[in-house]
Amino acid sequence: MRTLGLVLRQLKYEERSFRRNPAAAFFTLAFPLIFLVIFTAIFGNRDVDLGGRVVSGATFYVSAIVALTVVNSCYTSLAMSWVYNRDAGVLKRIRGTPLPPWAFLFGRIAYVVLVMLALTVIVVAFGRIAYGVALPGATLPTVLVTLAVGAFAFCALGLAIATVIPNADAAPAIVNASILPLLFISDVFIPPDVGAPVWVGHVSAVFPVQHLSEALQTGFNPFESGAGFEPVHLGVLAAWGVAGLIVALRFPSWEPRA
Amino acid sequence: MGEAVIEVRGLQKRYGAIEAVRGVDLRIEHGEVFALLGPNGAGKTTTVEILEGHRARSGGEVRVLGYDPERNPVALKQRLGIVLQRTGLEPYLTVAETIDMFRGYYPQPLPLDDVLAVVGLEEQRDQRVRRLSGGQQRRLDVAVGLAGDPTLLFLDEPTTGFDPTARRGAWAMIRNLRTLGKTVLLTTHYLDEAEVLADRVAIMVRGEIVAEDTPTGLIAAETETSIRFRLPEGATLPEEFGHHETTAGRVEIRTPDPTRVLHALTDWAIAAGIALEDLTVHRSSLEDVFLRLTGEEESKDAS
Repeated sequence: MRTLGLVLRQLKYEERSFRRNPAAAFFTLAFPLIFLVIFTAIFGNRDVDLGGRVVSGATFYVSAIVALTVVNSCYTSLAMSWVYNRDAGVLKRIRGTPLPPWAFLFGRIAYVVLVMLALTVIVVAFGRIAYGVALPGATLPTVLVTLAVGAFAFCALGLAIATVIPNADAAPAIVNASILPLLFISDVFIPPDVGAPVWVGHVSAVFPVQHLSEALQTGFNPFESGAGFEPVHLGVLAAWGVAGLIVALRFPSWEPRA
Repeated sequence: MGEAVIEVRGLQKRYGAIEAVRGVDLRIEHGEVFALLGPNGAGKTTTVEILEGHRARSGGEVRVLGYDPERNPVALKQRLGIVLQRTGLEPYLTVAETIDMFRGYYPQPLPLDDVLAVVGLEEQRDQRVRRLSGGQQRRLDVAVGLAGDPTLLFLDEPTTGFDPTARRGAWAMIRNLRTLGKTVLLTTHYLDEAEVLADRVAIMVRGEIVAEDTPTGLIAAETETSIRFRLPEGATLPEEFGHHETTAGRVEIRTPDPTRVLHALTDWAIAAGIALEDLTVHRSSLEDVFLRLTGEEESKDAS
């Protein structure tokens, strides 16, 4: 109970800071929509073949941009803010107080997950209103479980990459270099049926983004008859999450590096 | 006989082949303001970070409020206030919110209004952190360190980068801490700061404490007083004064017996019809002690 109280308290201050920086808040919220609108404008009138089941371009991009949102909120923004706070001495200062470090950490994670959920709702609602993309029905539990496993995996990976980033100046370059290529090869920016060489698929299958986007494609597929549960994709995602967690715990990173 | 707030024996810290701290002993009592001085790289910050629990030691014994800081006990952290050199506070929160956030981490925090009063930020309580001046942000750092009503407060270079007015303000604040009965371990580059604020001072050079006493005690141990003046052109002072020329035309006599030397000097000047321009008698300051001690160590090193 006290544990939850500490986390919620941290969350309250995180949320307040977010609200008080309206420019940053606006662009955080608008960012995925910008991508959704651009991609749908370029490729939207073209149907996408998802392994035999054909969906509209907008339907594909709603699921893809939800995947982008998970990666962006959990991995990119958590890693960058962690390194930034570490460099500024915020984490070291927290460590000098009786607040358990994990309460601070979970406050931050709760915050990025809330942002992720808000953005997901915005993207799905926009897709429904502007493009008539169907809302998940029977597959809703799958979508929620995928979001949960995805959030776990990418938060853990964000904290893991933070341990190898030497300083805040290097953070954007390292984070982007590690994630942007995957977004291009993992059915996020580019649909899967454009005829990419087979080896690209082999490469992307190793990494977690591909599994997140495929699980979400199924979750948002209106022709999916059952619950559309994707144990293999979720299993690979979770394995990446555990690996990230081990790295993050093995090399805890709280102090500014000289 | 009460327990000391900080007790350190034979503290050592090695980074690979480098010995940053080489056998430091310290004992700091309740209610003391203790200043740790030393040139850059002397091992001050390393020592303090070991006491704070931020760093593990390589050897020696350390007790802070009866605890071993290396074990990171929460009971110890509840009684410590740590003010680091870097700020790192949430820019979009207000002063009061920031202090409240930290107050929430402690079982018996100091009331918000008391914290604001000690650091002199009452008028800024509803201002966003990013709108504060550098000096005000540093006070907020101290406020955050005080939020939990600590028994022991670590202040790492609290006035670095301040203008003279802001420094006086910070000094008043540190004096407030003393009246609250806090024990303060201050590290600073500014010798006048230590001279004015500290009950006791330790000077650290190359990982060792080379002198430790009250500021007056350290200065009193400095036996020589300096007499300085300017000689008119063509005039020569008799050899017996044991003087030396500093810069062009400026002469300094260092003596343990300023009364007699000054008398002899003025006698000679009046008899010779010479005016000693810019005559000053200068008692040693902590700065002279510091420069002598650190200088000695440097030359020891060079030889």
